[in-house]
Amino acid sequence: MADNRDVVETMLVFARTLRVAGLEAGPDRVQAMVAALGELDVMEPSEVYWAGRFTLCAGPDDLERYDAAFNAFFGGETPRPGGRAPRQERVVQSAPLDLDPSGSGAVPEDQTLEEHAMASGGEVLRHRDIAQLSPAEREQLRLLFGLLSVRPPTRPSRRHTRSHRGPVDVPRTVRRVLRNGGEIRRLARHKQRTKPRRLVLLIDVSGSMGPYADAILRFGHVAVRRAPASTEVFTVGTRLTRVTRELRQRDPDRALAASGAAIPDWSGGTRLGEVLKAFLDRWGQRGTARRAIVVIFSDGWERGDCALLGEQMLRLSRLAHAVIWVNPHKGRAGYEPLTGGMQAALPHVSRFVAGHSLAAFQELVKEMADA
Amino acid sequence: MTQFPDSLSDLPPAERFTGPADLADALSRTGYLADEGLATAAYLALRMQRPLFLEGDAGVGKTALAQAMAEVTGAHFVRMQCYEGLEASQALYDWDFPRQMLHLRAAEAAGVHDAEELERGLYDRRFLLARPLLAAIEQSPSVLLVDEIDRADDEFEAFLLEILSDNAVTIPELGRIVADIPPLVVLTSNRTREVHDALKRRCLYHWVEHPSYEREVAILRTRLPQITAKLAEDVARATGKLRSLDLVKPPGVAEAMDWATALHVLGARELDPDRAAATLGAVLKYREDADRLHSMTLTAMFGT
Repeated sequence: MADNRDVVETMLVFARTLRVAGLEAGPDRVQAMVAALGELDVMEPSEVYWAGRFTLCAGPDDLERYDAAFNAFFGGETPRPGGRAPRQERVVQSAPLDLDPSGSGAVPEDQTLEEHAMASGGEVLRHRDIAQLSPAEREQLRLLFGLLSVRPPTRPSRRHTRSHRGPVDVPRTVRRVLRNGGEIRRLARHKQRTKPRRLVLLIDVSGSMGPYADAILRFGHVAVRRAPASTEVFTVGTRLTRVTRELRQRDPDRALAASGAAIPDWSGGTRLGEVLKAFLDRWGQRGTARRAIVVIFSDGWERGDCALLGEQMLRLSRLAHAVIWVNPHKGRAGYEPLTGGMQAALPHVSRFVAGHSLAAFQELVKEMADA
Repeated sequence: MTQFPDSLSDLPPAERFTGPADLADALSRTGYLADEGLATAAYLALRMQRPLFLEGDAGVGKTALAQAMAEVTGAHFVRMQCYEGLEASQALYDWDFPRQMLHLRAAEAAGVHDAEELERGLYDRRFLLARPLLAAIEQSPSVLLVDEIDRADDEFEAFLLEILSDNAVTIPELGRIVADIPPLVVLTSNRTREVHDALKRRCLYHWVEHPSYEREVAILRTRLPQITAKLAEDVARATGKLRSLDLVKPPGVAEAMDWATALHVLGARELDPDRAAATLGAVLKYREDADRLHSMTLTAMFGT
């Protein structure tokens, strides 16, 4: 076949287009695609479409990008089967913000973060409100954050481990008996092992949380580094962003920069209810939140529907093992959870803690381990 | 194709079909109506001897496809349900210790004292319990369904990858068991956890969608021949509407079939609001979803 080479070349260029579009499309995947095409009719656009889709995509998030790239590259209609629209269309898209730039209407008196409280000289850095630190002090605190020892919470596993006490381990006892020619010398015993419990951090990155976002993300980095397989971090604002992968890097500053680049809605508004729903639909219900410890870092400033937030918090509390709500403002004297979002969420929260200083974060670590 | 079933079934499964459309025909004869994408994926999996990785909402027919594929290729169907803490001894093979013990005692009583011979008798194939992975490799051709792989641990994935790439199992006491024809492997996932990329790379990935209205009517009529055509159409239309409602758990084909069966048992020949309300539990499995529907008027949903 004379045009065989042309086909392979065309597909290689197509694969490059896909990589630009954000798909992984590594060499082994491309090889698989060419092999798949070998089994199908190259002249049939729909068969080319499917061959590429089966081999180059790795998840529902990839499908939309693949379809767009395929359309752009081959200029045809994609033979997308009927039925329900793809899942990603249900995700909250970055909607236009109704943010008031002056912030005068939205932020009430007791929430003004610019308010400069006089810092008494004798206070230890640990107990200072992060929002009120000078840049130099913040730098110092950054180092202290690295020393936080996050103990991942545990849960009993289905598996067993050898032990001197506990129930009799029948298979191992029998194996020993076999080895000793049928003589029972000693009973082997075992006990249940423990596994790290899944930990999910949902971090509000809206404007009102601005002064704390850096510290909280640092906390997220420490948590992810401690138990990378069982920790998930998402940021919440006007949309849901998963930053777990970015935070897995060893260097905290690099990890923070990477996750900062991944978050499209820094310092925007908050639609906690909608985004929480997106989280539960896409991740939580499927398993990420099941029997997990979910920690929400937010001041509860909801711009959307508070009833929706309450509904979703109820859903979350049914799935999760424990829901901890961390509100930096709780650390202030005289704080009362009066905001609509807080009011709606509190009935479904197992613990409500402060998160304004390093000491408060240490407290949080303890709460997480005991939850 | 159907007039030569004997000579055809002698061919290895991969060469029995001329193309995706042919496979879709064969599948439809077993009662499984696959759309173009799914048929192409299954055809490629057969031809390329690659595992098929299926994702999609619950109840869209991922598991049923594996069963249908076993039927059309005349292969054994082996199912492995994954769960947390799944171990090699539950997935691959295990020695039957109690029977080995009995054998040992019996041999001793019979006066066999040659240690060498005793041991050989002890690790015989008949004392080996084949778990799903070994069973799929021994009984070729076979279709191996690895259901809900996302529920198993990461270590198990790596272990599975090793078996799948070799199509063979090595048992230290017995030797290596190789599959004559590699099993067709179908993996399903509900995305409770992101499956490792190394496993996905080796598979053909397909996202299974809910069927279109026409296909769903056809599925209902094929699977439930006892229901009326009108009822099948009404149920398919209503289920389609329910899916567009943004529910906690959108109903799948399995739910639509349950619903149609429930209505048929109640003697319905078509869907009417009263019966729909009475049987709603067959399609909506969450109280929130039912509440949501009740807040809209039922007649607006199901009225003609």
